[in-house]
Amino acid sequence: MTYTMDGWQEPTLAENLERAGVSRRDFLKFCGGLAAAFAAGSAVMGSVPRALADPTPGAPVTGTQVADALGSMTKPNVVWLQLQECTGCMESALRSGGTTVEDVVLNLLSVNYNELVMAAAGDAANSVLDKTNEDDHILVVNGSIPTKDNGIYCTIGGKSAETVLRESAEHAVAVLAVGACAVFGSVQASRPNPTGAVGVDQIITNKPVINVSGCPPIGEVIMATIAYYLTHGDVPKTDAEGRPMFAYDQRIHDSCPRRAHFDAGQYVRSFDDEAARTGWCLYDMGCKGPSTFSPCPFVQWNGRTSWPIGAGHPCLGCTEKDFFDRFTPFYNRLPQVPGFGVETTAEKVGLGLVGLTVAAVGVHAGVTAIRKSAAKKTHDETPLEAFGDAPAGEQAAVAAVVEVPEEIPAASPQASDTPPTTDSEKTE
Amino acid sequence: MADRVVIDPLTRIEGHLRIELETDSGVISKAWSEATQFRGIETIVLGRDPRDVWAFTQRICGVCTTVHAIASITAVENAIGSNPPQQALLIRDMVLAAQEVQDHVIHFYHLHALDWVDVASAATADPAKAVAFAEQIGSTWKGNNIDRMTAVRDTVVNLVNSGQLSIFTGGYWGHPAYKLPPEANLMAVAHYLDALEFQRTMIKINTVFGGKNPHPNFLVGGMACTIDPNHSASINQVQLADVQNWVNDTLDFVKSCYVPDATAIVGVYKEYFDIGASSPNYMAVGMSGATYGGDPNKTPRYPTPMMDVKPGVIINNDFAHPQPFDPTLISESIASSWMSYAGGAQTLTPDKGETTVAYTGPALPYTWLGDNDEYSWCKSPRYDGKPVQVGPLARVLLAYSQNHPRTKELVDGAVATLGITLEQMNSTAGRTLARAVECLTSAEILANDTLPLFMKNLQGGDISVFDPSKWEPSSWPKQASGYAFVEVARGNLSHWVTIENGEVSRYQAVVPTTWLTGPRDENGQMGPYEVSLAGDGKHPLVDPTQPLEPLRTIHSFDPCMSCAVHILDPDGQELLVATS
Repeated sequence: MTYTMDGWQEPTLAENLERAGVSRRDFLKFCGGLAAAFAAGSAVMGSVPRALADPTPGAPVTGTQVADALGSMTKPNVVWLQLQECTGCMESALRSGGTTVEDVVLNLLSVNYNELVMAAAGDAANSVLDKTNEDDHILVVNGSIPTKDNGIYCTIGGKSAETVLRESAEHAVAVLAVGACAVFGSVQASRPNPTGAVGVDQIITNKPVINVSGCPPIGEVIMATIAYYLTHGDVPKTDAEGRPMFAYDQRIHDSCPRRAHFDAGQYVRSFDDEAARTGWCLYDMGCKGPSTFSPCPFVQWNGRTSWPIGAGHPCLGCTEKDFFDRFTPFYNRLPQVPGFGVETTAEKVGLGLVGLTVAAVGVHAGVTAIRKSAAKKTHDETPLEAFGDAPAGEQAAVAAVVEVPEEIPAASPQASDTPPTTDSEKTE
Repeated sequence: MADRVVIDPLTRIEGHLRIELETDSGVISKAWSEATQFRGIETIVLGRDPRDVWAFTQRICGVCTTVHAIASITAVENAIGSNPPQQALLIRDMVLAAQEVQDHVIHFYHLHALDWVDVASAATADPAKAVAFAEQIGSTWKGNNIDRMTAVRDTVVNLVNSGQLSIFTGGYWGHPAYKLPPEANLMAVAHYLDALEFQRTMIKINTVFGGKNPHPNFLVGGMACTIDPNHSASINQVQLADVQNWVNDTLDFVKSCYVPDATAIVGVYKEYFDIGASSPNYMAVGMSGATYGGDPNKTPRYPTPMMDVKPGVIINNDFAHPQPFDPTLISESIASSWMSYAGGAQTLTPDKGETTVAYTGPALPYTWLGDNDEYSWCKSPRYDGKPVQVGPLARVLLAYSQNHPRTKELVDGAVATLGITLEQMNSTAGRTLARAVECLTSAEILANDTLPLFMKNLQGGDISVFDPSKWEPSSWPKQASGYAFVEVARGNLSHWVTIENGEVSRYQAVVPTTWLTGPRDENGQMGPYEVSLAGDGKHPLVDPTQPLEPLRTIHSFDPCMSCAVHILDPDGQELLVATS
């Protein structure tokens, strides 16, 4: 169920949804999903949205209660934090052409606090933040949290980023971590992680965090995730990394227009060669598409103008955890990057694919998901199955596919002989 | 008795900046510029493949996305002796120009305009008068019609009536320092929304060549995007026709909307040509987009129109005698930074530079930093011991002092219309005006020079975009150093790299906002932000609870804090800058 919400024309959310054609039944279903999410939080911390002042402490929150509370809400308030980051995620949000920033900021929501675009500054901004934090609100977070040295590496209003995040999360009805930094820590968390940067769900553990990954995520995906809360009838289903399935359920490799060239063994051997001009596969140039779950090939970027592989550059894998460490050197062919070696271990356990070689590019991305499932109980634990994954019993077919890349001379022989060591503590 | 005022978060900038002020009788007497975020990306790139480093340094900033990537690949190419074909360099120039124009537009409308425009007042405006106001200021933008102005006014009315003002919550609406009439406010809000829509188009130029934006992809040795008129998978006439249209639209927006709006606003707030003067020294290596691998005083293989303005420094407002640019006169002070140098030194030239973190600030949460000797993560770069301004104002003044015809024409026109002197360009309003002037010349060069030359080469069969000769690390010297200077949206940027055995052994970036946001040096000289606020003891701040006036001045610099503070070497390892 999707529809377009035509601005905020009625006093309450319920009336606006009705106007947009959302039935009470659908809304209840949506709220049932929220109630489940809240329940997960309650079990740990007893955190229940303040609008749901439940007379019986500890009693489960029902979907009807959530519906009544949310439905009577005026325009949902949003706190949109920027912690340790580069503002690329906000810039990407500004570029969204589907649900635009104008829609979100002026019509759908009341984005009371966002440092990049808000009018107020200093004390005025801080009091807006404090006031919005007091009641139910949606929390969106860009950026990582530096945990080293008591948080001195990022302060806002004299407080540590961690304090600001915890205060804003306390009464948040939904928490969205947007961008690689907020999801995994990203560039500043890569070796040697000088500031102890971590993602939001390392700090906020008492409620589910929706991870909109990417460096940055596609603007339309950021906005669609927010719109999902208001319009779709359920909280987004997520993969084991906490990423919304509506955007991150496919590997780039499986939806890549150049896939046929991979299967046919037609590879670019040098940038700007005839194969590159013809649009052959970038696998040998280090493309991380086989390991990367992202909607880039079909949503594309900046109003479907292009996307990285479409513009001739290998995918860097920026929606995947620790890609700056696990997927580098970027121009080395999979699996000659350290992260791959780590995953082969999990893969044997996770999918029962004992016996497959590390060259089985078709399998290991699915495994990326499995490796996380044990650590993230709040997220969906079903590993993603994508085209090219090798279900047990079909190993022969996969082996046939992967024989071709095995014949390719290594792009950087000295690197392939001795893969750099991996910080296993970090990747786990 | 002085009042103490803290602006933290200082919003509508990139990153985290805290400004502390002391005010007395409605004027600012003291100011401290404090960078409060630190990430350490230069340490993170050590030991990595130099061909990867652009992707790391690009993440220094997502607002000036692309510029750190281009500076990085250019520095690496300079080190390993890679020679990208001219078409690849022209693509980078187009990407830089599109980024710069988009960045200036976003800055003016979405980061700076609310300092001058009272959004709430727009709710009371007559849409017909808003259209008339637009005509009066020379705006020929296609969005200037009654239907559009009415729709925007209704949006504002609905917003105000809802009682939930969204991003406008807590703004200083009704502050006496807002001077635009309601119809001008309405026009500006309409253009704010139009610019938001329009920047999505402008940036598509980057997406064609880099695959995405923010953070498009680049390549040491050239570009990864192939160009070939006879292959559907390469960039061909299909995409280039779009690029041509977007370039035309970009120039049209800058000319018909941005420049008239900026000129009108600084005209209404003319007193701001006497407010916010900063250091009277200016530094640039060319016009915006000028990119040099290695010494910017040497003529490169493919000179561009952005290099028509030569590297230079203007000292003490002596516009008639610009000095040659000498990179060896750059030093960095840490006297007021949370850093330490070996042996207790306070300032070092970059070729001996060190970066060791030494936080001496108060425990969190804190309420005041200005009483401490050290109060920022940012270093304080100096040129010949002097604080200097970089950025659009510096470039425009340098171009003017070198008699660059188009810049001179635009500046002379604006100065005459506004009745100001050239020296008054060193001001809050002057920096905002200079940015608009530069945006126009950049859009013109993109439309009239860079894209046409690229197309001409293509029509002549020049489709090469990559130098494969130095791709393999085995082709590199065992030890190599290189550097690059690039004039980017916020000013002069340089990246410096040393490569040993195929890995990055040293890396340093000297960044525009660092020049501007740095704290006091060992001689007590304030940094450019601080000078602009407290340099003459006359900067107004009427209501300490609503610091609208200092926001105007700081925003006129277009701060980019993630860029300013990006250096960390926890082991105190020497970060050597090559000067060859």
